[in-house]
Amino acid sequence: MSELTLTVMRLCFLAVLWLFVFVAIQVIRSDLFGTRVTQRGARRGADARPAQGGRQAAPAPPRQQGGGGRQRRGAPTKLVVSEGTLSGTTVALQGQTITLGRAHDSTIVLDDDYASSRHARIYPDSGNAGQWIVEDLGSTNGTYLDRTRLTTPTPIPLGAPIRIGKTVIELRK
Amino acid sequence: MSSTTHTSTIGAIGAPSRRNTELALLVFAVLIPIFAYANVGLAIDGTMPTGMIGYGLGLGLLAAVGHLVVRKFAPYADPLLLPLATLLNGLGLVLIWRLDQSQRLQQLQENAFGQFNPAAPNQLMYSAVGIAMFVGVLLLLKDHRILQRFTYISMIFALFLLLLPLVPGIGTDVFGAKIWIRVGGFSIQPGEFAKIVIAVFFAGYLMVKRDALALASRRFMGLYLPRGRDLGPILVIWAVSLLILIFENDLGTSLLFFGMFVVMLYVATERTSWIVIGLLMSMAGAVGVASTAGHVQARVDAWLDPFGCYATSGACEQIGQSIMAFGSGGVLGTGLGQGNSDLIGFAANADFIFATVGEELGLAGVMAFLVIYGLIIERGVRTALAARDPFGKLFAAGLSGAFALQIFVVAGGVMGLIPLTGMTMPWLAAGGSSVIANWALIGILIRISDTARRPAPAPAANPDAEMTQVVRP
Repeated sequence: MSELTLTVMRLCFLAVLWLFVFVAIQVIRSDLFGTRVTQRGARRGADARPAQGGRQAAPAPPRQQGGGGRQRRGAPTKLVVSEGTLSGTTVALQGQTITLGRAHDSTIVLDDDYASSRHARIYPDSGNAGQWIVEDLGSTNGTYLDRTRLTTPTPIPLGAPIRIGKTVIELRK
Repeated sequence: MSSTTHTSTIGAIGAPSRRNTELALLVFAVLIPIFAYANVGLAIDGTMPTGMIGYGLGLGLLAAVGHLVVRKFAPYADPLLLPLATLLNGLGLVLIWRLDQSQRLQQLQENAFGQFNPAAPNQLMYSAVGIAMFVGVLLLLKDHRILQRFTYISMIFALFLLLLPLVPGIGTDVFGAKIWIRVGGFSIQPGEFAKIVIAVFFAGYLMVKRDALALASRRFMGLYLPRGRDLGPILVIWAVSLLILIFENDLGTSLLFFGMFVVMLYVATERTSWIVIGLLMSMAGAVGVASTAGHVQARVDAWLDPFGCYATSGACEQIGQSIMAFGSGGVLGTGLGQGNSDLIGFAANADFIFATVGEELGLAGVMAFLVIYGLIIERGVRTALAARDPFGKLFAAGLSGAFALQIFVVAGGVMGLIPLTGMTMPWLAAGGSSVIANWALIGILIRISDTARRPAPAPAANPDAEMTQVVRP
């Protein structure tokens, strides 16, 4: 075997070995726990799309998941935290269940002394497309829709404030 | 509480199982050793090695079995642990096979034992047993918290395993270290398995006692000193590890045991003082033993000045050859199959296998191997962070701590950073017990990570609530 071939193989082997290491590190990077949080400002810049100025900046339209026909007109498309430490945070409603609480694996992790670790969840009504339901998960201090404390899963009217401790969230179009 | 305005969007979370990522990495991890085989064969004989297909298929089959079992029984497990371990096991097979080809080592074995037995086929068989162990752990251990029930039983079992080599009849004394037992033609190193069993005890014990160990303390010179009665367990473990060292001449295992306990104590209590106390105690123990036991004394001499006693002492010669192997490797190495690391002689394919990496793959290769080991440790610690129960946290942290200590002790010993101890580089070194025990360790970590990463079950409906009443407008 010629010297040159062996030298090339040796360098190739080291390169492949390191390539594996970098691929593995890339997997770790994409494997971080929790929800994916994107800065709206950054994304707007990246999309180079002129933003609508004064209004509550709309996030880039969420990738609609399948069945576009299911989304009714007038159905909420996002959940907005309007008061509390997380105020301004939005979650795109894509048919997934949203959990709220202090537990680190919640969709919205509440940093609120009055919230329980698994406080409430918001999920789409299976029988009525576009309708979302909030359910209290046996929290200590309760979940309030407008002024009433929830006892059963309740449909959420558009724009009605849901109050958990000091945090207020609402559904918007 | 200040109210800052966030401008972030939280995307949807699915339940990523990442099994396909694992499969892709596994294919990669099987192809690299096959490439290495071809490289060794071309370098030594100038032809493609004949066993290449067999070893490649064998490794691929083992990886496939492991992957399918993980896919079925631990679908949310960490995607990196299995590919990283497979890669190391495969490269270990290649390195052992490469050293089997060395005329010098063949001659050495023929002189010593009358015949030459290649180590690579055995290693492939042990890898198969290791994968079987891995599968067994995943099948039998449905929930790692079950182990919590066996806290004290596992302590007794671990001590039993450690004492086995001292039992006359089955214990064998190999080159001064009494760490093997011989059962039906196989020699087993019980200490490798005791490492995992004792971690169960430490995790179970510290989970119960950690508050007493962390909170009841006096402050002295900036350190929180624990009460005497809480210091008891650490003193007992220290004494046990010293006894192992004295009776079995096994510096590595005793260091591993004591180190693992200190690491887990620190993880459980968050008190830096335990680290300080542990380091001081291990130093005192090491100095005490090194100045009295002859076997350890020789190792320390070889560490301090390997070339001073090079011609007179076998231990010095091995270390000296190992250091020269690292040195002649340089940055990019001599190339697989083209080094002279077989000059190390005895244990070139076991304790000293990392010197072959150093010579034939150079600094670049050594660093790649250390990073791969580091990634396994990182995934173990990440599993500990993600685990939801304190036992799982401590157990995963202890196992990865022990793994890290073992890498440090072996690699450091071979490079001359610390005195050499008889331990094996996980998966690389020839030796059945080590491969099997480390596959079991990966199985346990995969089980814990599966439990930790599994999405929380949907909250159960409140039994007190009446049937859901949804009043539609």
